[in-house]
Amino acid sequence: MSPTDPSDRPEPSDRPVPDTLLTARGIEKSFGTNHVLRGVDLEVRRGEVIALIGPSGSGKTTVLRSLNGLETPDAGLVQVAGGPVVDFGAQAAATTGAWAGRRAGARRAKADRAALRDRSAMVFQHHNLFPHRTVLENVIEGPTQVKRIPRATAVNRAEELLARVGLEDKRDAYPHELSGGQQQRVGIVRALALEPDLLLFDEPTSALDPELVGEVLTVMKELADEGWTMVVVTHELQFARQVADEVLFLDGGVVVERGAPAQIFSQPAEERTRRFLDRILHPLD
Amino acid sequence: MDWQLVADSFWPLLRGGLVGTIPLALASFAIGLVLALVVALLRLSPNPVLSWVGRAYVSLIRGTPLLVQLFIIFYGLPQLGVRFDPWPAAIIAFSMNVGGYAAEVIRAAILSVPKGQWEAGWTVGMSPVRTLSRIILPQAARVSVPPLSNTFISLVKDTSLATVILVTEMFRKAQEIAAFSNEFMVIYTEAALIYWMFCTVLATGQNAIEKRLDRYVAH
Ligand SMILES: Nc1ncnc2c1ncn2[C@@H]1O[C@H](COP(=O)(O)OP(=O)(O)OP(=O)(O)O)[C@@H](O)[C@H]1O
Ligand SMILES: [Mg+2]
Repeated sequence: MSPTDPSDRPEPSDRPVPDTLLTARGIEKSFGTNHVLRGVDLEVRRGEVIALIGPSGSGKTTVLRSLNGLETPDAGLVQVAGGPVVDFGAQAAATTGAWAGRRAGARRAKADRAALRDRSAMVFQHHNLFPHRTVLENVIEGPTQVKRIPRATAVNRAEELLARVGLEDKRDAYPHELSGGQQQRVGIVRALALEPDLLLFDEPTSALDPELVGEVLTVMKELADEGWTMVVVTHELQFARQVADEVLFLDGGVVVERGAPAQIFSQPAEERTRRFLDRILHPLD
Repeated sequence: MDWQLVADSFWPLLRGGLVGTIPLALASFAIGLVLALVVALLRLSPNPVLSWVGRAYVSLIRGTPLLVQLFIIFYGLPQLGVRFDPWPAAIIAFSMNVGGYAAEVIRAAILSVPKGQWEAGWTVGMSPVRTLSRIILPQAARVSVPPLSNTFISLVKDTSLATVILVTEMFRKAQEIAAFSNEFMVIYTEAALIYWMFCTVLATGQNAIEKRLDRYVAH
């Protein structure tokens, strides 16, 4: 990671306090005429777990993908773990100028994405394991190929992590030979093996059969207890209530309400939050 | 029927296949696949100029007869001062041809890999090129084995066209023996059977490769 050039990178107006791990300010994103994110702010301290809830299409996935550089917002600032402040607005402006300017803009966008990806890891809704690689190979791919860790070291570390989620005997299996819950646990281990500062989860249990949800949530709860910093998009309200330090309710591309789980779930201040929780808790009424 | 002639001509024909047809097909296929990958990536490029170049190439190759392509390279180019011996000329023509047809196969195979696989590669920290080579292409390979095998089998048969630019492959041998013995039916049938034998062996090989690549796919 090259040090950032202060003359060319804007600082966020108010500098984050030292133990802030993630700062996102004013994230804006449109897909064509669909204005999906309308200025989303996030602030996560080291060791905190944030639950992102909200109706379908409210932009939860887009927020998460923006933090990992999988989506490029039109505007907004993101900084993870003391890395460079990624200014998406400046990036968007830089990629529309003359040819030479566009080249520089593209180089910078690439560096920005790398800065975000070096510090965070993503667990996908549909695990996205590499089907042509065994469980072990899936886990060591990042460490050996990207971080250049010696294979033996990476294998040892992978075996430890697999043992922790109860999958040590599956190291040589292919993903299709596992249950959905096991696949998702491997997905989590693959993310952990990158030793990220920040773990991002996009509805990690919503594609699972109900009886498999528990084993994945248990692993996530253990990670939270160990002090991992996590942003979790989820519909599992009980998990959010037990594990999250803060719950954010997103609707229509804005954070409508945020607060401690007890407060959000028992006494939501906003009518929209109340209606959403009602629909989830009492779907038949 | 002249069985003695059949026996006497079998070895020269088979030899023409082993030292002519097969090496010509293998070399052209190997070079053609590399070319096809490049053309497929051009076509998939977000840059409109590169993508147009890829499309134009595929269109030209698929829209003109292979025989004409051979004639242009062997008989046409020398008039512009570019002269090739029969073998290089044949390999160039066949590679370019495979490049055009296989490019479409490879492009479709790359597109058939779910987008989530690219994203998983990126979030693991891999560059787009590394993601392509380590994550996407191995999965695309599985999908493209059957259509690429067809391309290869067609190529083995198409190499018989190289006789018109004086390459001594199996069919040229057959023409020589037939002209000498006047037994056109016998010799050409014999040549056809040897081509058929080659293609049957190849089809068996295709099955073996598919089985091997199948080990990570759910059944
Ligand atoms: N790549 C894309 N191209 C165009 N539109 C998109 C794209 N990704 C998301 N959208 C749109 O953005 C909006 C927000 O999508 P997003 O996936 O972030 O919502 P979500 O809150 O995660 O929903 P869900 O709970 O269904 O997963 C939706 O209207 C969606 O159609
Ligand atoms: Mg989503």
